[in-house]
Amino acid sequence: MAEPNMTDTPATARAAAPLIDIRDLIKTYYIGRPNELEILHGINLTVWPGEFVAIVGESGSGKSTVMNIIGALDRPTKGSYLLDGIDVQSATDRELSAIRNRKIGFVFQTFNLIGRTTAQKNIELPMLYAGIPARARSSRAKELLAMVGMGDRARHQPNELSGGQKQRVAIARAMACNPALLLADEPTGALDSQTSRNVMDLFHDLHEQNGKTIVLITHNPELAEECQRILTLKDGRIVAERKGSGVRGTA
Amino acid sequence: MLQSGKEVVCVGLLDNIHMAFASLWANKMRAILTMLGIIIGIGSVIAIVTVGDSLTGSISDSMQSLGVSNITVSLTEKSSDDSSATTTTTTGRGVSIRMFGPSQPADEDLITDDMIADYRTAFGDEITAISLTETMGSGTVPVANSSDSASVNITGVNLDYQTAESIDVTNGRFINQNDLDGTKKVCVVADQFVSAVFGEGVDGIGKSFDVTVNNKVYTFYIVGVYQYEADGTVALTSSDVTYPMYVPLTTAKKLDSAAAGYQSFTVVGSAVENNAAFMQNTEDFFDSYYTRNQSWTVSASSMETMVSTVTEMISTVQVAIAAIAAISLLVGGIGVMNIMMVSITERTREIGTRKALGAPGFAIRLQFIVESVVICLIGGVIGIIVGIALGTVGANLLGYAAKPSLVAIVASVGFSMAIGVFFGYYPASKAAKLDPIEALRYE
Ligand SMILES: Nc1ncnc2c1ncn2[C@@H]1O[C@H](COP(=O)(O)OP(=O)(O)OP(=O)(O)O)[C@@H](O)[C@H]1O
Ligand SMILES: [Mg+2]
Repeated sequence: MAEPNMTDTPATARAAAPLIDIRDLIKTYYIGRPNELEILHGINLTVWPGEFVAIVGESGSGKSTVMNIIGALDRPTKGSYLLDGIDVQSATDRELSAIRNRKIGFVFQTFNLIGRTTAQKNIELPMLYAGIPARARSSRAKELLAMVGMGDRARHQPNELSGGQKQRVAIARAMACNPALLLADEPTGALDSQTSRNVMDLFHDLHEQNGKTIVLITHNPELAEECQRILTLKDGRIVAERKGSGVRGTA
Repeated sequence: MLQSGKEVVCVGLLDNIHMAFASLWANKMRAILTMLGIIIGIGSVIAIVTVGDSLTGSISDSMQSLGVSNITVSLTEKSSDDSSATTTTTTGRGVSIRMFGPSQPADEDLITDDMIADYRTAFGDEITAISLTETMGSGTVPVANSSDSASVNITGVNLDYQTAESIDVTNGRFINQNDLDGTKKVCVVADQFVSAVFGEGVDGIGKSFDVTVNNKVYTFYIVGVYQYEADGTVALTSSDVTYPMYVPLTTAKKLDSAAAGYQSFTVVGSAVENNAAFMQNTEDFFDSYYTRNQSWTVSASSMETMVSTVTEMISTVQVAIAAIAAISLLVGGIGVMNIMMVSITERTREIGTRKALGAPGFAIRLQFIVESVVICLIGGVIGIIVGIALGTVGANLLGYAAKPSLVAIVASVGFSMAIGVFFGYYPASKAAKLDPIEALRYE
């Protein structure tokens, strides 16, 4: 199958080295067993620093699988993956933890805030694992809470927050160690349209004001259109790639 | 950049403890039920150690006051193995069949004054004192100008008794040879007895009083007053105290119409360090008098040996209870392990999230080990409190002051932490090894 044209990247980003560089990625489950199952059949993907990329595709097409590999939660079965120049394939578990901690911020569809732990403590968690001292953690967490408009909810626990508020805390948590890359797997999937709008605006802010590279999976075509580049996945392959508006919508 | 520093361990410890408490608080009932095994285990250890230590402590205290080096020489029945053999083979010839329980030696079996005199000659310098006694039992003395009465415990004693039992005569004199020869009705009484009967500040010497023993009334003259030291037993009021009262041995024997011999007497050796050999030689010496006696022989024992027998008994009980406690702790530990497995399964998504946020395996392991240690430590502390409470009640019931053992408490804290680490390690490692994606997908 013909690979989509990958040269169509923003001029500003092209000067630097790619942040994500995936070549001929294959992911297979149940290796060596009779029910061996190849989910990704050779993905090539380059994401430049400062890009805002959307991945779309029908359910089961392999979007989350790609995302998990990009996020160093999983290793490719075959192919190469360089994240900011680091070979993820050959990294040890300890190194993968450190990569996830410092280079990547995850935002999940189901928020995945730690229960019985305040919003502030949730945000401090990645910094805790990074070995940042308590005082610095606390002040950074407060800063981030204010940034996502949750400054007055620092002491609230997840079960005291609405879905949209949880997702904002989750985004603040993803930003805790100031990672270069934000990965969001259907971040608005559990939210109503107005709340989705707010969350999407937050991503736009982080992209525009903080220069974050963002890869976002969404089932919402309107939100996908707001990204700079839209990749379509089908049955484990990237079947289409096109430019988006890159401008936040008003819906 | 990729260094994932061990400093995380230190930085995260407080947060881990905080998280552990939060998660236990969320499942209070479950946590308490889980702790039960640890509470029972640690509690019973502390309780039994407290009771045991109070007991041995009090025994060795009273041992100090009684004089450790005193040797008691007493008639004992020959070993039951011999006698049962004799019984079965010679019943027909009218040999007395001994039933269960101690029997009394006949008058001709008793240790005689002659034997004791020979013994004194044979050992000479090795003997500091030989104290002979005849117990007359307790008597009552009417208090002057009152309807009350004081109680006394009357013992007939010889001259050496004062040395052997360290009687501190503060006024007058002790029983002397003249009293013994003349079977005089004189006595040495406690200072507090004098105050109780004759009033505060009265000089008791030369005073006489009537004492009723076994419905007979005797009149005794006070020749000496000794300083009374209450022993461990608790008296609620002074009228409950029974004061020891000493009279001449010969007088006691005569009033009691007792046989001339003794069932036992006390020897003070001149060299405490040779007591063991001295006791053996004493037994050997008296054995020669009793070789042909079918049922009685003489044995020597000291407070030391008695105390060590009691202490051994206590430690046997302690070992038995420690074994039960160990089983309880093992079961408790397994309970903790079980609840940790449940907790980790419940929190699989949380573990996945933490891993996605960059938690290295050891941080996850530490988090759950801390939680397990916190459960065990809380259980241990509750156990220590319960144990001290029970031990104090137990020691008080036995009439001793409770002495909670600091060593046992510190050891219990350490041990419950060790249980936490030991039984928490496997579940925590399981959590640490979870695949992040599997964990995040967990429903
Ligand atoms: N651990 C696994 N073991 C076996 N098969 C798996 C595993 N994880 C995912 N798959 C399979 O991989 C395929 C892609 O799954 P994936 O979750 O990536 O889809 P998706 O595009 O994210 O779908 P959705 O939009 O519904 O989230 C599916 O067919 C799924 O069954
Ligand atoms: Mg998905």
